[in-house]
Amino acid sequence: MEAQYVYIGLAALFGLFMAWGIGANDVANAMATSVGSKALTIKQAILVAAVFEFAGAVLAGGAVTSTIRKGIVDAELLSGTPELLVYGMLASLLAAGTWLLIASRNGWPVSTTHSIVGAIVGFAAVGIGIDAVKWGKVGTIVMSWVVSPLTAGFIAYLIYRSVQWLILSQEDPLARAKRFVPIYIFFAAFTITLVTILKGLSHVGLTLSIQESYALAMAVAVGIAIVGAIFINRIESNPKAEKKEHFYTVERVFGILMIVTACGMAFAHGSNDVANAIGPLAAVIGIATTGAVASQSALPIWVLMLGGGGIVVGLATFGRHVIATVGKRITQLTPSRGFAAELAAATTIVIASGTGMPISTTHTLVGAVLGVGVARGIDAIDLRVVARILVSWVVTIPAGAFLAIVFFFLFRAVLP
Amino acid sequence: MANMLANIFGASPVRPLEKHMEIAYRCAKKLKPFVAAAVAGDIEQMQKVRAEIEELENDADEVKKDIRLNMPKSLFMPVPREDLLELLLVQDKIANRTKDVSGVIMGRRMKIPAAIADQFIDYVDANIDAAKQARKSVRELDELFTAGFKGAEVNLVADLIEELDQMETRTDKQQTEIRAALFEIEKTLDPIEAIFLYDVISLTGEIADMAERVGRRLELLLS
Repeated sequence: MEAQYVYIGLAALFGLFMAWGIGANDVANAMATSVGSKALTIKQAILVAAVFEFAGAVLAGGAVTSTIRKGIVDAELLSGTPELLVYGMLASLLAAGTWLLIASRNGWPVSTTHSIVGAIVGFAAVGIGIDAVKWGKVGTIVMSWVVSPLTAGFIAYLIYRSVQWLILSQEDPLARAKRFVPIYIFFAAFTITLVTILKGLSHVGLTLSIQESYALAMAVAVGIAIVGAIFINRIESNPKAEKKEHFYTVERVFGILMIVTACGMAFAHGSNDVANAIGPLAAVIGIATTGAVASQSALPIWVLMLGGGGIVVGLATFGRHVIATVGKRITQLTPSRGFAAELAAATTIVIASGTGMPISTTHTLVGAVLGVGVARGIDAIDLRVVARILVSWVVTIPAGAFLAIVFFFLFRAVLP
Repeated sequence: MANMLANIFGASPVRPLEKHMEIAYRCAKKLKPFVAAAVAGDIEQMQKVRAEIEELENDADEVKKDIRLNMPKSLFMPVPREDLLELLLVQDKIANRTKDVSGVIMGRRMKIPAAIADQFIDYVDANIDAAKQARKSVRELDELFTAGFKGAEVNLVADLIEELDQMETRTDKQQTEIRAALFEIEKTLDPIEAIFLYDVISLTGEIADMAERVGRRLELLLS
């Protein structure tokens, strides 16, 4: 009996470590766009991130967590030896966390998602057997890694083209911005709310019919759009600043929109990435409390809260510096461009979260930024860096797998 | 990992290009006090202004070098890299020509003959105005990037370039007139002095020529 507490304790510790790492590092990429475009100050960004990361994790993090927890390893094979799965999940958490730490220190662009999936596949394939991996599901996940940046890029391209067409290339961009930006706010709020309601809320005990879901999302979105419109109408043009830069006030209008998309981005990030920390933890808890592998027990809400809380702590302790550094360097992403990238990425990620696909937030955002670039929206994109990111994509998976295998055999030898 | 997103963005050449044009224009503008000093025969003042021109020309070179170093081939930009580098090159030539003109006048301790002095001052002013118009056009570069090289902003810049063309045509006309005036009095001048005066006149005219080429380069970006 005591071994189970050891398992849960270790898993919670490693899970917290992972969540902290995600908050310290990964969140910065999600929030830095807003800070870089000066739509939010760093303090505001931390606040927005804390609230919405947590909300995203708790409200919409269930499906991806379930995928990480039981979608990759075929638990049926392990019904006789449940402790193997415990060792494996602990090893995966530690492997992914360690790899992230190494990578962050060296400035390598790696994905938390890729490392944890690589780790789980690694321990299962080598530690247990090739058949222990649900290769079909893993194939789908890998496909989603290719599809998600492409989708986000395509959406971002369309959004930014519409912004150019409706606002930026017009005679009076300010008047047009004031008219159209509330509509963008509506769409941003509507999409994210709707997907959350449709896919996420059931496990919190809220079940709505399709019509009710649409009505609720509509109501929320209209409310947010109205608040946004009020703030937008308060913005007065600044002739002095505009003389130097014609789009000065227009960008401030987009700044309001960017606050909304930043919330959406934090929410989306929380909903998808919390699983990387708590998916394995949930698996360990499931086995340790019931003693069986194929448990159908629901995900305890405190686990989601632990993950969300860990992310917030990481953000508060370490993430703020990272946000500041990254934000300072991406000033090219003005609100009119940044919102397009954020909205496209957030939408893609939230949909992925709803369908249980663990995707990389950062890579999706990179895809979205490239989409804006293709729409002639960004002054200069360094393709060398993009290529390096592609490479790190591929390297992270075997690296996570290798570490997980090492830790797996270690735990199997050491742990009761 | 943290810097990955930031590193995707190469250094934007837009503001540096605007800055470079600003320096090139400020350099050209110095020609006004310089020529005034030359007409007045105030060697000391000429030397002082000449030093300022050299300094600004150097500054422009520095910025030019920086821009080139920060524009690797791997950059993906809304407009071709080559076009921006060409724009930079002609912008830089505005400063270069200014330095050349002041160099010849200074080196030879030239004195502008009184008969053409007023005309020459007007001519220099017109060339500086063309450079100013080039600066005004280049200042729209960031707006052009924001607007994605489409719509109202493009028309605005096209109008600026149109004006620039007219300004350059005016300097051409002035150049013909001033040459004619010089021809009238050339017999009264020291022959070598006369030759170099013709030289200075055509060199000065190249400032407006380069300004016009800045317009041409910008125009290429619009299409």
